[in-house]
Amino acid sequence: MTKRDVMERYPKSGDNLISILHDLQDNNEWNYLSGEDLAAAADYLQLPHSFVHGVATFYTMFSLEPRGKHVIRVCQSPPCHLMGAGTISSELEKILGVGFGETTPDRLFTLEMTSCLGVCGVAPAVMINDQVYGNLNAERLAEIIDAKRREK
Amino acid sequence: MKKRLDVLICGGAACIASHSHDFKNRLIKVVKAHELEEEINIIETGCMGPCELGPVMVVYPDGAFYIRLKPEYAERIVEEHFLKGRPVEEWLWQVPEARKIVEEKRQIPFFEKQCKVVLKNCGRIDPENLNEYIGNDGYQALARGLTEMTPDAVIEAVTASGLRGRGGAGFPTGLKWKLARRAAGDIKYVVCNADEGDPGAFMDRAILEGDPHSVIEGMIIAGYAVGASQGFVYIRAEYPLAVRRLHRALEQAREAGLLGKDILESGFSFDLEIRTGAGAFVCGEETALMASVEGHRGMPRPKPPYPSEQGLWGKPTVINNVETLANLRHIVINGAEWFAAMGTAKSKGTKVFALSGNVNNTGLVEVPMGITLREIVYEVGGGIPGDKALKAVQTGGPSGGCIPAEHLDTPIDYESLAELGSIMGSGGLIVLDEDNCMVNMAKFFLEFCVEESCGQCVPCRVGLKQMHRILQWIAEGKGETKDLEQLEQMAETVKATSLCGLGQSAPNPVLSTLKYFRHEYEAHIQDKRCPALVCKDLTAYTVLADKCTGCTACARKCPVDAISGEIKQIHFIDQEICIHCGACYEACKFDAIQRR
Repeated sequence: MTKRDVMERYPKSGDNLISILHDLQDNNEWNYLSGEDLAAAADYLQLPHSFVHGVATFYTMFSLEPRGKHVIRVCQSPPCHLMGAGTISSELEKILGVGFGETTPDRLFTLEMTSCLGVCGVAPAVMINDQVYGNLNAERLAEIIDAKRREK
Repeated sequence: MKKRLDVLICGGAACIASHSHDFKNRLIKVVKAHELEEEINIIETGCMGPCELGPVMVVYPDGAFYIRLKPEYAERIVEEHFLKGRPVEEWLWQVPEARKIVEEKRQIPFFEKQCKVVLKNCGRIDPENLNEYIGNDGYQALARGLTEMTPDAVIEAVTASGLRGRGGAGFPTGLKWKLARRAAGDIKYVVCNADEGDPGAFMDRAILEGDPHSVIEGMIIAGYAVGASQGFVYIRAEYPLAVRRLHRALEQAREAGLLGKDILESGFSFDLEIRTGAGAFVCGEETALMASVEGHRGMPRPKPPYPSEQGLWGKPTVINNVETLANLRHIVINGAEWFAAMGTAKSKGTKVFALSGNVNNTGLVEVPMGITLREIVYEVGGGIPGDKALKAVQTGGPSGGCIPAEHLDTPIDYESLAELGSIMGSGGLIVLDEDNCMVNMAKFFLEFCVEESCGQCVPCRVGLKQMHRILQWIAEGKGETKDLEQLEQMAETVKATSLCGLGQSAPNPVLSTLKYFRHEYEAHIQDKRCPALVCKDLTAYTVLADKCTGCTACARKCPVDAISGEIKQIHFIDQEICIHCGACYEACKFDAIQRR
C-alpha cells in the first residue's frame, strides 16, 4: 500500500498520529519509520516535522533504524527474569550472532528487549512480530528460529 | 438442538503461546472424522486461569479438566472420553483424588477458594460470540440502567457498593464519577486504562481477551452515569490479541444497536474508539495516558487539575481501569449490597491477581478481598515448587513492595498492604523463595523505572539513576555502609518530589526490601557475600579438595583460564582472575565446586 493509502484510513486529526505511525511502520518493508514516513505523517496531519519526530522517538515500539523481517522482543519482566530470561537472551545472541538492538546481516531478525508481555504463566517468553512464544528453553528457541528462517 | 458435550478450550494468550491451536485444530479434525460434529460443541474461550499448565481444556457436563495437552492426545480423548464417556485420567489435572473430584463434581483446589465475578465469563464463553455474552446476562445491566435508573441512581449504586479503582490507587469509583458529573461542561469523556504495564500483571489482558463485552458494557454505563457520549479504550500495543478481540466486540455491539446512536431506544448515545500505546509504561499514568490519546509524547503533568475536572482536551474525563469497569455490570444487576457483602470493611468485592514467580499454579486467580496471602500462595497457588521456603511476596509491581513470610496471615486489602509498606497495585503477585536475592529484585525493579522514566523531572530522571548506581555497586561488592543511608535519603526525596506516580512510587521496592531484608544488604556490603548466591560478582567459586578427581572438565570450560591443575591432580581456582561466571560449577560432575 502507498503511504497515502495507509494514512487516509484516519481522519486528519492530530490525535491519530500514533495509530498512523504504527500503520506506516507495519507497512514499511524494513519494519521501521523512515524519514519519508515521518514527513508523510507530518504533512498529512499538518503537524511540525519536529513534533512528529519527538513523538516517534518517545515510544519504544517505534524504530527509526531499519529492522529485520522478524522483530524478536524478549520479555524483561521479573517473572521472566526469575524463570530464565537471562539464559534466553544469551542463547538468542549466540544463535543469531547479534546483540540487542542489532539486526542480522541477512536482515531476517532484529533482537530487542521489551517490557512485560503479560504471559507470565509461561515465562520466559518472547514475542516475534505479533506472535507470543512461551515456556522457552535453548532447544525450543532453536526450533522456533529455524522455522522462521524456513518461512519465506 | 443442544449438543451432548460442551468442550471448552482455553484461548488465552499464554495457552496460545503453548500451541493450544495445534491441539484444537487436531481435535476438530478427529471429531469430524468420527462424524460427531452434531453432538460435540467445541469453543475457544478466554483465559481459564492456570496458565502454566496450558494448553487446558474443560469438558462439560462432567467438568473434566485436562492440562498440558498435545495434538497427539486428540484421538484417544475423542475415542475414550467423547464416545465412551471415560475421561482419560492420566491427562487430567492430577491433584490428590482427581477421579473423585470429577465424579463428585467438586472443585479442584485451585478454583475452590476463588470467587469469580469479573472473570465469570472468562474460560466459559466464546469471547467472539455476542450471543454467548447475552445468554449469560450480557447487556442486562445496560438495559436496566438505561430504562429503569437515572444517571444519579447509577452513581449512587456504584458509590454504595464501595467499589475502588482496581488499577492500583484504589480511589472510590463512585466519587470519581460524582466529581465528573458535577464538573461544568457538556462534553465529557470516559477512558478505559488498558495500558497494563506492571511487569508480572496480566489480569486486564485476560479480561479483554476473554470477555471484551463486559468492559464495553461497563464503559457505556459509565458514560451514561457521568454524561459522556464518547469513550476511548487505551490499550498497550504489546497485547495484539486483545486489540483484535476488542475490535470485533465493538463491531458486534454496534451492529446490535448496543453502541452508537440512541442505544436501546433510550435516547442515550455513546460510542467508543480504540487507541493503542506504543511501548511506554508511563502511559499507564492517567495524565500521560491522556497526552498519548491526544497524539503527543506521553509526558505526565502535575495534578491538580484532576482529569475529572480537566482531562482530555481540557474536558472532564473519567479514567477507569479495565477490572473496575468489568465489575460495573454485576453491581447494577445484583445490587450494591450484594457487592458490599464481599470483602472487608474498606475494601469491597473481589480482586483478580496474577500469580507468578516461584509458585506451582502460576496464572490468574480471583479472590474475595480479605483473603490471606498464605491462602493465595499455598491453597490457591499450590505452594512453592520443591517445597522451598517462601521468602517474600512482591505486590504492586515496580510501585509496590515485598511482604515477608512473617506477615503471610495478613488479610489482603488496600489498607493492610499499605500498612506493611506495599500497595495492592494492579494485581501482580510475584512469589519469591529462599533462592532469590532481595537486593537483586530491588535493583531489577529500579532498572525498569529508570528505563521507563519520561525524563521530565530531576528527582525521577537523575534520582532513580543514582539510586540504581548505588544498588549496582552493592551487588558488585563495592558497597559501603554509608551507601544504605544515602539510598534511603534519596528514596525519600524522590518519593516526595517527583512529578508523577511513576517517580513517586519507584523507590518503594528499595524501601520495602531495606525494611524487611536489611540483613541481605548488609551481607552484600560488609561480608561481600550474596546469601542467595544470585549476585554473580559476590559468589566465590572454590574447589573442594576432598571431592576433586582432577578430571580437568572445569579448567577446560573456564573462559579466562583461572583454573590450574594437572590431570588427576586437585585443581585450583585463582580468585584474582575468576569472573564468577559459574561455568566450572555447571561443568563439574563430582560436586567438587563450592559456591559461597
